[in-house]
Amino acid sequence: MTMKYWAMRASGVGGAVFSAMAAAKMEYDLQPQITEIGRMQQDLHVAIMWIISVIFVIVFGFMFYSLYAHRKSKGHKAATFHESTSVEIAWTVIPFLILLVMAWPATKAVLAMKDTSSPDLTIKVTGYQWKWGYDYIHDGFGYLSMLSTPLAQIEGREPRGENYLLEVDNPMVVPMNRKVRVLITANDVLHAWYVPALGVKQDAIPGFVRDAWFKAEKPGIYRGQCAELCGKEHGFMPTVVEVKTEAEYEKWVIAQKLKYGVVDKNAPAAATVAAPAAVASAATPVVSTAAVAAVPAAQNEALPAKLFFEVGKTDLPANTKAAVAAAVEFLKANANAKVALSGFVDKTGNADQNAELAKNRAKAVRETLKTAGVDEARIEMRKPEVLTGAVDNKEARRVEIIAVK
Amino acid sequence: MASIPHGNDHAHDDHHDHHPSGLKRWLTSTNHKDIGTLYMWFSFIMFISGGVMAMTIRLELFQPGLQFVEPEFFNQMTTLHGLVMIFGAIMPAFVGFANWMIPLQIGAPDMAFARMNNLSFMLLPPAAVLLIGSLFVPGGAAAGGWTMYPPLSIQAGIGMDMMIFAVHIMGASSIMGSINIITTILNMRAPGMTMMKMPMFCWTWLITAFLLIASMPVLAGAITMLLTDRHFGTSFFNAAGGGDPVMFQHIFWFFGHPEVYIIALPAFGVISQVIPAFSRKKLFGYHSMVYATASIALLSFIVWAHHMYTTGIPAAGQLYFMYATMLIAVPTGVKVFNWLATMWRGSITLETPMLFALGFLFLFTLGGMTGLVLSLTPVDIHLHDTYYVVAHFHYVMVAGALFSAFAGVYYWLPKWTGHMYDERIGKIHFWTSLIFFNITFFPQHFLGLAGMPRRIPDYNMQFAEFNMMSSIGAFGFGLSQFIFLWAVLKCIRGGEKAPAKPWDGAEGLEWTIPSPAPYHTFETPPTVK
Repeated sequence: MTMKYWAMRASGVGGAVFSAMAAAKMEYDLQPQITEIGRMQQDLHVAIMWIISVIFVIVFGFMFYSLYAHRKSKGHKAATFHESTSVEIAWTVIPFLILLVMAWPATKAVLAMKDTSSPDLTIKVTGYQWKWGYDYIHDGFGYLSMLSTPLAQIEGREPRGENYLLEVDNPMVVPMNRKVRVLITANDVLHAWYVPALGVKQDAIPGFVRDAWFKAEKPGIYRGQCAELCGKEHGFMPTVVEVKTEAEYEKWVIAQKLKYGVVDKNAPAAATVAAPAAVASAATPVVSTAAVAAVPAAQNEALPAKLFFEVGKTDLPANTKAAVAAAVEFLKANANAKVALSGFVDKTGNADQNAELAKNRAKAVRETLKTAGVDEARIEMRKPEVLTGAVDNKEARRVEIIAVK
Repeated sequence: MASIPHGNDHAHDDHHDHHPSGLKRWLTSTNHKDIGTLYMWFSFIMFISGGVMAMTIRLELFQPGLQFVEPEFFNQMTTLHGLVMIFGAIMPAFVGFANWMIPLQIGAPDMAFARMNNLSFMLLPPAAVLLIGSLFVPGGAAAGGWTMYPPLSIQAGIGMDMMIFAVHIMGASSIMGSINIITTILNMRAPGMTMMKMPMFCWTWLITAFLLIASMPVLAGAITMLLTDRHFGTSFFNAAGGGDPVMFQHIFWFFGHPEVYIIALPAFGVISQVIPAFSRKKLFGYHSMVYATASIALLSFIVWAHHMYTTGIPAAGQLYFMYATMLIAVPTGVKVFNWLATMWRGSITLETPMLFALGFLFLFTLGGMTGLVLSLTPVDIHLHDTYYVVAHFHYVMVAGALFSAFAGVYYWLPKWTGHMYDERIGKIHFWTSLIFFNITFFPQHFLGLAGMPRRIPDYNMQFAEFNMMSSIGAFGFGLSQFIFLWAVLKCIRGGEKAPAKPWDGAEGLEWTIPSPAPYHTFETPPTVK
């Protein structure tokens, strides 16, 4: 079917060329769709392709006939007619009717696409520059999904693999035949979560949550890419979804819970001190492998603890409680020890204001510690030498609670 | 143009033909023909600059992997290519046509506001310097796409600010140009030239000028808000401060969609002059053409969010914008059918202007058809921000607007220079452009369908063949444009002498004056019966 209409579309250019291309495993059509919505979209595309192809052939049939028959070099004399109201009405009304015929199935598909009600599973998707975060909000774990293609392949020092630039370390994993609702947002700039085989493309917008849904019918790994320009590594941010059978999915969820130390569905936020997802709400415990790797002390030792702040804000983040508890615990255990507080800011903005902001952040944490019963004498305010030290801005906006023995 | 031949009508005001020569003539000119020429050359220089950027893009995409440029520079190229081609090349080209031809077509001696005309051109070179110069400042040029979506555009360096000011200046230039065109057309028509007797080119430009006046300030507002978000602590587009990044897209496309027709309508106007001339038959359905143009212009203001189906606008919004967008196919279809009916049973010859007009008709319609595919929200979910969209709008912008500009240049070159262009060179230019254009952009439909996003510097192997094909086509298309330069230069320097009316089927006042057109024309208005 799809082959046919493209061959027809290309008639005159040479259908043979295109069948030769098909042999070279070159993709030239929508990917096979594995959701009902995807198939509706695809059918609509096939239908509109037929309609425009037929119109195109008829209209330009007239043009080429006219070019052939009504040429001056063949001695054709120009006629003098130059208007006809009935003809004008006909070619206004007929296209309008064709459009009405197309609008009906398109409307049905739009309404189906937009019906995100009663999902079986909800996953929060967060776009970062340049990776995706997937939070299984009912199972209490989440992780980051990053390009896994080695740099050597991009630079041409190694042969490129089959899934070059379309492979990640941790794909999103979903169960087959379940309605999955994805809540999509972003942490920095616009991104777009695009998985062609699922028929889903939804922009990820910082500060707003949008949703989309799919119900995959076939196990397998489905690959797409970020579809909204998001900076220099926009082209290196694949969206990969692995569809598992239900039984395998359940096994996978249990393994993830063990891996991320999720005790029960309402796991306390104790282990989330270093969660990178600044936009994650308090009700969304998030732990990522990347974060654990970046701050190895977070899970095993209580201090140092890092509290991450929003841009320009001194409001305490969601994980404050755990950090305060850790500090209190430490001070109890070591009677002569103190804790030091250091405030940091990111690199953007006015330097004087930033110094003030860093101080205020540390002060806000001090107040909280005092409220928790810590003697002010045991809190040392320590101004760091470099206020802005960190790899990225998100990790720069922080207060560190450091143990001083 | 050292010696200006005079028509009989003009012999009595010889002294008026004395004008400054050399640099002063071009810097201080208030003559619509000189300013039109300046616009055309400016446009060609920008066309070549934007073309070099396109070649850089296609060079990097020739093969998978990163070979020639860094991803950040690649993004700067895609961003500047879009802005330079739209604001620097295509829009000024049609303003150049308007300057040259509108007074000649309505029998006016010059544009209504001659000094403002000079200013509106003179704003363009500084804007171009800002725009292209931003490549050389620390941090480089803006790299957030020509659409400048925040928050990415908020992150950028000083290059972004230069781009914002460049667009401000070009917008001011366009608004002044539009005021001039509207005033000229409404007030300076020769006696007897009623609105419904005006050539189609004047009609399409009149409507375009209103589109410009209505939409350019909206763009200026959007980019001013970007500027204050960047530097003055406002949060129009920052959710953390109560703003909304998507609001920028609504405002931008409220300008951006009419902008598509700002480019397309004057192109339609040129085609409506060329096709009747070489079919030796009056334009079919003149009245319906005028109404269709006006309908397209009105509809263009109520369809903007079809660029935003994937932002998550509600179902009702998606449905409304889908229906409204599909509706544009009706008046556009009327125009295409009218052009075909004009050719039908005519007496057709295929000189270069006609070839380009036919290339326009065929390929622009193809671009319109893929526009219909994209108008369907569920299908657009797959195709939005993929190469399918890139293919679609290049069919509309290059095979549409650019081919129509080529048609117009070859059609009016004899009037401008007094010489016939070399038909053989013109035809080579047409056929190479046509063939290489399709090699470049037709495969991009397939890339988009298979899921290759736009604005990426590197891609999976499954996209390799079509990308290579597209790059080869692009290099060919780029080189073909030097044939155009050759044709034009050769025509300026000499060639067969052009009569007042070199095309036997052409109609209009511009063909009643000698070729080349004298420096001053229609000081005594002609009477139109």
